[in-house]
Amino acid sequence: MGLMERFFGFSWGVHPEDHKRPAADVPARHMPMPEHLYISLAQHLGAPALPAALVGQRVRKGELLAHPQGPVSAAIHAPTSGVIVAIGEIPAPHPSGLPVLAVTLAADGLDAWTDLEPCADPFALDPEEINHRVAQAGVVGMGGATFPSALKLSGSKKAGVATLILNGGECEPYLSCDDRLMRDAAADIVDGIRIMLHATGAREALVGIEENKPEAILSMREAAAAFGEVRVCPVPARYPMGSEKQLALVLTGKEIPAGRLPADIGVVVHNVGTAKAVSEAIRLGRPLITRLLTVNGSMVNAPGNILAPVGALVEDVLRFAGGLAGTPTRLVMGGPMMGLSLPHPRVPVVKGTSGILALSAAEAAESAPAPCIRCASCVRACPVGLLPLEMARHIAAEDLEGAVDLGLKDCIACGCCAYVCPARIPLVQYFGHAKGSLAAEERARMRTEATRKMAEARKTRLEAEAREKAEAAARRKAERAAKAALEKAKAEAEAASSQTASQDAPQTTPQAAQTEGSSAS
Amino acid sequence: MNSIAYRAEQTFAAPHAHGGGGVGRTMFLVQAALVPATLFGFWLYGWPAFFLWSITLASALVCEFMCLRLMGRANAKQTLFDGSALLTGWLLAMTLPPWSPWWIGALGAFIAIVIGKQVFGGLGQNVFNPAMVARVALLISFPLQLTTWVTPLPLTAATAPGFLDGLRITLGELPLPDAMTSASLLGYAKTELSRGADLFGAFAAEAAPRLSWLGTRPGSLGESAAPLILLGGLFLLALRAIRWHAPLGVLVGVLLPAVLAHSIAPGKFLGAEAHLFSGALLLGAFFIATDYVTSPNTDTGQFIFGLGVGLLTWIIRTLGGYPEGVAFAILFMNAMTPILDRYLRPRILGRTRSGAPLQSVAIPEKKG
Repeated sequence: MGLMERFFGFSWGVHPEDHKRPAADVPARHMPMPEHLYISLAQHLGAPALPAALVGQRVRKGELLAHPQGPVSAAIHAPTSGVIVAIGEIPAPHPSGLPVLAVTLAADGLDAWTDLEPCADPFALDPEEINHRVAQAGVVGMGGATFPSALKLSGSKKAGVATLILNGGECEPYLSCDDRLMRDAAADIVDGIRIMLHATGAREALVGIEENKPEAILSMREAAAAFGEVRVCPVPARYPMGSEKQLALVLTGKEIPAGRLPADIGVVVHNVGTAKAVSEAIRLGRPLITRLLTVNGSMVNAPGNILAPVGALVEDVLRFAGGLAGTPTRLVMGGPMMGLSLPHPRVPVVKGTSGILALSAAEAAESAPAPCIRCASCVRACPVGLLPLEMARHIAAEDLEGAVDLGLKDCIACGCCAYVCPARIPLVQYFGHAKGSLAAEERARMRTEATRKMAEARKTRLEAEAREKAEAAARRKAERAAKAALEKAKAEAEAASSQTASQDAPQTTPQAAQTEGSSAS
Repeated sequence: MNSIAYRAEQTFAAPHAHGGGGVGRTMFLVQAALVPATLFGFWLYGWPAFFLWSITLASALVCEFMCLRLMGRANAKQTLFDGSALLTGWLLAMTLPPWSPWWIGALGAFIAIVIGKQVFGGLGQNVFNPAMVARVALLISFPLQLTTWVTPLPLTAATAPGFLDGLRITLGELPLPDAMTSASLLGYAKTELSRGADLFGAFAAEAAPRLSWLGTRPGSLGESAAPLILLGGLFLLALRAIRWHAPLGVLVGVLLPAVLAHSIAPGKFLGAEAHLFSGALLLGAFFIATDYVTSPNTDTGQFIFGLGVGLLTWIIRTLGGYPEGVAFAILFMNAMTPILDRYLRPRILGRTRSGAPLQSVAIPEKKG
């Protein structure tokens, strides 16, 4: 942190109204099992999982439904017992509403667990065994990025990470599921933290919690009191404090180099919800099949936190939460700053669903964009130090390279710029569009490159073949010529000896060889 | 009611919240900040000042409307009343001699809105501050009208022109009495210095213009009420409509050389006070140099921009041919803005100033 920042406070980010209460103060509710669950096979970062069960198969709660596929992927389990009625496409919880492959499970109402493999003393387990079990339980980052946790743990171990940072920032307005989790299940979280310390070999854990959650800070401090290696660190409430780069900077004073992992500065960042999931996966052997999510927004009748099974429809969750007070202007999965606008509520809850917001027109603050007046509010708000107005200008002129030169690839899409823009320019949309176009260009370039290489390889191969054939033909021709010459010599010798042989014979033989040679090539 | 009826016709990019405020609010605040100085100016210079101000603002709106119509802008009405054209006209009116004829205001508004702004593509696209473009174009084209300052004749004074006489003055029907016209302080100093006189003698003279904190002296609306302009600037600072970097830069840029030069040769150089309360300095510092569109993006850039404006102002006032230099200095620094923006980018998190990724921190040895 520079000298200026010491004197003038934070120079990055915004301070949105948090709208966390009263939802945060309402005790969490358990959602009853809906009749059908739609379990998406692509609810983690990386490749979609590969179905391991068949249609018609009866599964028990916690049974494996899909294997991880490829190096970055996660396992998916049955959130309840029942029968698999379909494996097919359903609308994805994404603004596009495009289809995603999912397992449809008809609950049998018994909610009967499969055989689990609990562990009384996780600290006796080998770190690799912990990683293995975490991977088997399908644990992913619960903060929303849904990166497979086991990979992060083993990567940290390899990199020799010294500090484990727990993200309890929850800087997104409206959301309070992490807050609720820290208040209600602090002991489990601390247990998970200690297991993760054991698995990564890190020496200490810093739990960063924003100051606007005093109950969570108190509860976590009590739970961590017995363990010196786990420190609870209140951090200022400032969006996007929960961003990995910002939280690591505030807690350690070190910046993660651009394009590198937090391991480069000796830290790894996990969400507090992930710590709880790790604890359950190791202690109880339970896979990740439920999650606590916040239902909030002024159009929701009874805001609060709800423990929902993965695969429950947003519609079911909203209905359980007391329904809507009217038709919302926007339905959002996640927080208002980075969440996804949903096309309709018939999409399933996934492991990374931190909240469902039904926002009114006033909350969503929709307004037609006006011209940029270069007020540079976005420049001051950007937590990464970019020039959003200049980037947008380049993108509007379809100069994507210019935007990249200005640091487009360092953009974390936090939304601060668009949040403060007085002209209401949808800056994040510009950047998302540019990043998407660049990715498409890159894919097209790689495809062209691959095609070019293949074409070149084919050309070389054909040339080599032609050359070989020509050489073979030339060889044969030479052989025949030699043979003919030999025969001619023989014939001449015979003629010389007899003087009666026909004179045609020596000419015809080489001619025939010539014809044969040209037809072969 | 327990139904979940929702189907979006379109989905939206995040964020799904906004901090409030808009372009119109900023424009409104800036205009509100100009009100005290403007009202004071009306009182000080009477009806002609009010008519000129009204004509300038009305012309600005008409020009803006014509441009938007000709360009076929879809939301012409919304753009017309976002306050930007009105503000440009207002700022221009603040810099004109209050008893100028009507066509100075109308032509000025035309130059500001059409040539200064709309030909560049409208709001946010112009390189130069439109009001300053108009002011400089008028000064160069009509030097006589633009340097004809009148001594204050408050509305309450017995000899002040009435409503109709005021209208006649603005319409150019009534010639200005010679006794009314007077040189501004800067103009007087320039003339005297160029005659070879020193400032002690010049200001000892009976007819010399006096510096007045209260503004009862010849000048434009934005010049006379310097303390009220300052007040308006502080109001904008307090409401965070503007940042302090550019104004501070301007003040430092003028005052530093002024204080130095004056302390070395007080007979040849005007002092800090004269510079500060003369001409368009305070208006320029708080209302023109802080124009979002034509000033740099970053705080550092804005400070350097302001410093440049201040220094150039002092240089033009002291060494140039014109007695006043704020408008020239601002236009010059407007031209420098893209360069300042190019070289004064903020440092990106995780990168050095040159844009290279930071070095990885050596990872402590593994726990044994």
